[in-house]
Amino acid sequence: MDTVLFIVFAVIAVVCAFNVVLQKHPIASALSLIGVMGSLAVLYLLLGAEFIAMTQIIVYSGAVMVLFVLVIMLLNAGAEKPSGKSWFAQIAGLPLLLGFVGLMGFLIRGSVVPWTGAVRFGSWAGGTAQNIGRLLFTQYLLPFEVVSILILIAILGAVVLGQRELD
Amino acid sequence: MPQIPAVPLSWYLLLSAVLFALGVAGFLYRKSIITVFISIELMLNAVNLSFVAFSYHLHRIDGHIFSFFVMVVAAAEAAVGFAIILTIFKNRRTLQIDEIDSMKL
Repeated sequence: MDTVLFIVFAVIAVVCAFNVVLQKHPIASALSLIGVMGSLAVLYLLLGAEFIAMTQIIVYSGAVMVLFVLVIMLLNAGAEKPSGKSWFAQIAGLPLLLGFVGLMGFLIRGSVVPWTGAVRFGSWAGGTAQNIGRLLFTQYLLPFEVVSILILIAILGAVVLGQRELD
Repeated sequence: MPQIPAVPLSWYLLLSAVLFALGVAGFLYRKSIITVFISIELMLNAVNLSFVAFSYHLHRIDGHIFSFFVMVVAAAEAAVGFAIILTIFKNRRTLQIDEIDSMKL
């Protein structure tokens, strides 16, 4: 059952990711990205990360993607114009990409993680909101506060960038 | 009792690597500034999957905390990034990345 769920949602994620890269319209790419994020949320649940799965749905598929779609509609972004790509990208792009994936696969199969390590749904459920909240407000309190300042700065930056020129 | 077939941890990491590579490809190949942004989000998601998978492997939830912080930073980045995109569009009337070249020598 685990394997079936993993394969189904991994295939959905990879197909949607290909769609993100290959589509010409930004809105199609954005909607495909929602598919990737939703299937990743299911994979997080399989890995025992309940809180992260819910946050993924609420923050990413909810808030961030609404922002994406809003901006695409606001700017009326159509299909992108094809432009001359450099000869280096045309020749070496795909081989370099495949080489990167092959290298990562080699490293993963090699020494980084034991090959026998298996994931069973329900065998570890540490990622509850209780555990994460406790760790977030004790050991990671300083990063948490710093991140709140970061968000404040981001809000101020967005307001300053978005305001009209006063004249 | 038959052995329950379980998914090896490396499949998750491999999926993460594939998604990251697709994000890099989109970042480098696409010409619309919004799609480049979408590719960045794809890469961040792939890294999050790696964090959560390692967190499962080590049975510690520190990886979840990191992944949570990545989400927070991604949300902040989206807000600022779209403000920048709106400003560029207001001034230049274009979303093509290779037409925004005023810093080119």
